[in-house]
Amino acid sequence: MSTQVTATASGSLWDGGRSPYLTNSKKFGMWLFIISDALTFSALLFAYTYSRVSNPDWPTPFHFSPSIIFSSIMTFALLTSSLTMVMAVHAMNHGNRAAASRWLLATMAAGATFVGLHLTEWMNLINKEHVTAFSNEWGVPLFGATFFAITGLHMTHVVIGLIYLGIVCQAVMRGKFQAEDVEVAGLYWHFVDLVWMFVFPLVYLMSAKI
Amino acid sequence: MSSHVEEISTHGPGIPTFAKVWVALLVLTGIEVLLAYLQAPLMIMLTVLLGLSVVKAVLIIAYFMHLKFERLSLFLTLFPMLIFCIVLMLIFLGDAYRIPAMRPPL
Repeated sequence: MSTQVTATASGSLWDGGRSPYLTNSKKFGMWLFIISDALTFSALLFAYTYSRVSNPDWPTPFHFSPSIIFSSIMTFALLTSSLTMVMAVHAMNHGNRAAASRWLLATMAAGATFVGLHLTEWMNLINKEHVTAFSNEWGVPLFGATFFAITGLHMTHVVIGLIYLGIVCQAVMRGKFQAEDVEVAGLYWHFVDLVWMFVFPLVYLMSAKI
Repeated sequence: MSSHVEEISTHGPGIPTFAKVWVALLVLTGIEVLLAYLQAPLMIMLTVLLGLSVVKAVLIIAYFMHLKFERLSLFLTLFPMLIFCIVLMLIFLGDAYRIPAMRPPL
C-alpha cells in the first residue's frame, strides 16, 4: 500500500511527537467519520438483503425503462462527479484556484443532477406504483420501508455534500482554504459515490423487471 | 539527530490514471446492468453484483480517495476492523436463505 517510508534513523514514527500516519488531522478525522458511516450503511444494506432473500414474494417494481435506465444515468452522474472532484483536488494541489473552483462547480452540477433524477424516480414510484414507506400493492411493506430508508439516507448525504462543496467552493474562490481542505471534502464526496456503488446494484438491479 | 524533515506527500497518480479508473468503473457498472437485464437467478445475481461492487469500491478507495498512496499504517488502522464487522453481519445471511423453507404452508 505505502509507497514511501520516511522513518528516520532516530527511531520509530510511533515514539511520539510526530504524525505516524504522515497525514494532517483533518484528513484523519474525515477517514474516521467515513469508516463509522460505512458501518451504518453496511448495517442498513445488510438488513435490506436479509429481508430481500427471506421474502420470495419480494416485489420487483423497477421496469428496465424508465427505472433502471434512470438509475444507470444517476450512477453515471455520480461517477463523473467523482472524476471532476479528483480534478479539483489535482488543480488545487498545483495551486490553480480558478480551475479548482470550476471543477468543484462541475462536481456540484453532477451531484444536483443526481438528486433531481432521484427525486423524479421517487415520484414515479410513489405516484405510478403507489409505493410508500408503509404500504404497497404487493403486501410487502418491508420493501418501501427499506427502499426509502436506504435511498433517503443516501440522498441526505448527497445534499449535505452539495452544501459542503458549496462552502468549500466559495472559500476557494475568495482565496481561503488550502489544498488539504479540498482534499478532505473530496474524501467525503467519493464516499457518497462509493455507497451508491452498493445501493444501486442491491436496491435497483436486484429488483429489476424486464 | 537527523535533520530529515517529514513532508506530507502530495505525489500520486496523474490525470490519465484517474481517467482509466473512471472508464473501468463505468465498464463494471455496464456489466452489472447487463446482468440485471439477463435476469440471472437471485443468489448468483447477489454474489456477482456484490463481487463487482467490491472491485469498484477498491478502485474508488485506492485511487480517488488516494489510500494506495498513503502510509500502510493508515490503511491498517481503518480497514481491517470495518471488513471484520461487515463479515460478522454476513453470518446471518444463511438464516435468511432458510426462512422461506421454514414457513408453514398457507
